[in-house]
Amino acid sequence: MYKITKKEQLSEVVWLMDLDAPQVAQHCEPGQFIIVRTDEEGERIPLTICDYDREQGTITIAFQPLGVGTQKLLKYEEGDSIADVVGPLGVPSELIDEDIEELKKKRILFVAGGVGTAPVYPQVKWLHEHGVKADVIIGARNKDLLFFEEKMKAVAGNLYITTDDGSYGRHGVVTTVIEDLVENEGIVYDRCIAIGPMIMMKFCTLTTKKYNIPTIVSMNPIMVDGTGMCGACRLTLHDEVNGDEVKFACVDGPEFDGFKIDWNECMKRMQMYKTEEGRAKLRYEEGDTHHGGCGNCGGDK
Amino acid sequence: MAVEKKPRVPVREQAPEVRAHNFEEVCYGYNAEEAMAEAARCLNCKKPACVGGCPVNIQIPNFIQEVKAGNFAEAYKIITDSSALPAVCGRVCPQESQCEGKCIRAKIDEPIAIGKLERFVADWAKENGIRPTGADQKNGHKVAVIGSGPAGLTCAGDLAKLGYEVTIFEALHKAGGVLCYGIPEFRLPKDKIVAEECKNVEGLGVEIKTDFVIGKAKTIDELMEVDGYESVFVGSGAGLPRFMGIPGENANGVFSANEYLTRNNLMKAYRDDYDTPIYKAKKLVVVGGGNVAMDAARTALRLGAETHLVYRRSEEELPARKEEVHHAKEEGIIFDLLTNPVEILTNEDGWVCGVRCIRMELGEPDASGRRSPVEIPGSEFDIEADAVVMSLGTSPNPLISSTTKGLEINRRKCIVADPATGATSKPGVFCGGDAATGAATVILAMGAGKAAAAGIDAYIKSKA
Repeated sequence: MYKITKKEQLSEVVWLMDLDAPQVAQHCEPGQFIIVRTDEEGERIPLTICDYDREQGTITIAFQPLGVGTQKLLKYEEGDSIADVVGPLGVPSELIDEDIEELKKKRILFVAGGVGTAPVYPQVKWLHEHGVKADVIIGARNKDLLFFEEKMKAVAGNLYITTDDGSYGRHGVVTTVIEDLVENEGIVYDRCIAIGPMIMMKFCTLTTKKYNIPTIVSMNPIMVDGTGMCGACRLTLHDEVNGDEVKFACVDGPEFDGFKIDWNECMKRMQMYKTEEGRAKLRYEEGDTHHGGCGNCGGDK
Repeated sequence: MAVEKKPRVPVREQAPEVRAHNFEEVCYGYNAEEAMAEAARCLNCKKPACVGGCPVNIQIPNFIQEVKAGNFAEAYKIITDSSALPAVCGRVCPQESQCEGKCIRAKIDEPIAIGKLERFVADWAKENGIRPTGADQKNGHKVAVIGSGPAGLTCAGDLAKLGYEVTIFEALHKAGGVLCYGIPEFRLPKDKIVAEECKNVEGLGVEIKTDFVIGKAKTIDELMEVDGYESVFVGSGAGLPRFMGIPGENANGVFSANEYLTRNNLMKAYRDDYDTPIYKAKKLVVVGGGNVAMDAARTALRLGAETHLVYRRSEEELPARKEEVHHAKEEGIIFDLLTNPVEILTNEDGWVCGVRCIRMELGEPDASGRRSPVEIPGSEFDIEADAVVMSLGTSPNPLISSTTKGLEINRRKCIVADPATGATSKPGVFCGGDAATGAATVILAMGAGKAAAAGIDAYIKSKA
């Protein structure tokens, strides 16, 4: 069992938890993920590691309760324990293997959207600790969905906040900010790292491609085991030289060259279990009181 | 002396039309009376060929004689001297090509049902609370085992019996490896059999750490240099699923057999009280002809799909156990043989809507000695389907080989290990099972685990 040592609501829809998992905390690096399972009947849920404390033996995760698994996780409080935490999984961010002096010369832009803001933070913090200043754009639909503004400000070079409805910061989506920084402020970025909803990452890469800014994205597709065994997380990378290549996000990623990803395929694959998930969610929310009406469970018959 | 002809005692099974709709075990096994009657058929050969056919060399005639006499506890002791997982082997071993394939009695009528007898003895022991016993004293030497599948459990069990302090590191949340995630409940019950067999290995003094990925949370070098393990056995299994590389394979509704079976077996998606979803297809095509393909097809059938099995050779070449093929047919799996998929057809939503196949014929024998399938030009046709399961085998997981210094791999990315001792290119590190050979069977993995346990024992003693 793995104890929840801290639980905090970050925004209207995003929660943070610290988990006591010394083995993971000892060995994890920015960019990697874990799989958690709340209880015997629970799903295996992949979650990006947002921070870690090697001395305390804890890791931090952030999640937005959408499916049954994350809704269940939300029911757990500080001091409770969950059944499983396994990791670190996946390959660490490529930044950590690079020469720091070289990185210092580069202009790096992070683009964070929604719950993806949480895993962006440790990468920016890591760079800050190594004397590298990176710019950060945080995008959200509205002011109530924003979080980590102060934390991020403390470690970022420039921080740009934008909301779709203009209720806070700039008005518009993240790509508008990228266009503004490049075209109007004349900043030449050498690299971009985008983490957030798939649709945001897709449009982010379409924009950065215009300006030829190499862009890394962090994929979080459907997964079961997280160790390369099931192949559910497979995605296609287009390569002009080598042709198409199928990769497993769990062992080859989760970070990939955003220009190569077949976004349409990835987004379709995310829909795979929508019906089944909806059914499970209704069963979970309504429990024994659910007796049909959803058109799926067969309870009407 | 002429032996009177007497066929096998038939084993009771769930009726096909009933079991096609549930996940209960297909075969009920023998009761004591049936087992003793079947055991009485054994000729108790002076030079028993069956023992040589068993990868872990169970003293088969000896245990059968005890069964015949009704001494089931003694029979259990004889079996567990050689095998750590008798209840598993009795159920999933390909006996027809091993012990039973060598049985002399086959020349008279039918081979002895050795597998069913082994299963009876193991189940009897479980029901009567008899468990294998371990070493009286620990010898103070620490060994790490990676993976709690058949190879790892066997190796760990044998070493524990010799007094070693053994820790198994398992990546998943449950012990058992392929016994847990791969082989379905209707063939190998999880709580009743797999969990109990794992408990027996723990009873020998083995510690099993789940949720622990070696190569990520810790490396083999750390286990040996920091944690004081004198030797490490790698039984990490075969790992990554293979796909065909044909168009449409990443469409929604195309699953690897590993994914499909893991959702159902490890995550128990077939049960309403578990959260993990599985796609309930109306018409499903399984591609492949091995045991895993049979398992996937029979799982799909039980989840309510009209299920086709597409295999490029003919029935004779099906690599699956005969019993599985027989059961699958009885249950209503439709076999489309000498057929190979060339494209997965998809609808506008990106979902599978069919499989385009081509007819095959058998040509000249290939390197494996089997006649290789050749496409018949212009014979393409479509099978309607809303889901496809690819069961084409697996390739080794690089998690261990890529993170361990000095561990040699071959061109198929399997870890190179001496089959006699399990020794690898790295001193103190041993390997066996699918990680070394590529996908094979439970019992071959157990044989390799056993050989490696002896290899590790000799290695540690030679250092002392």
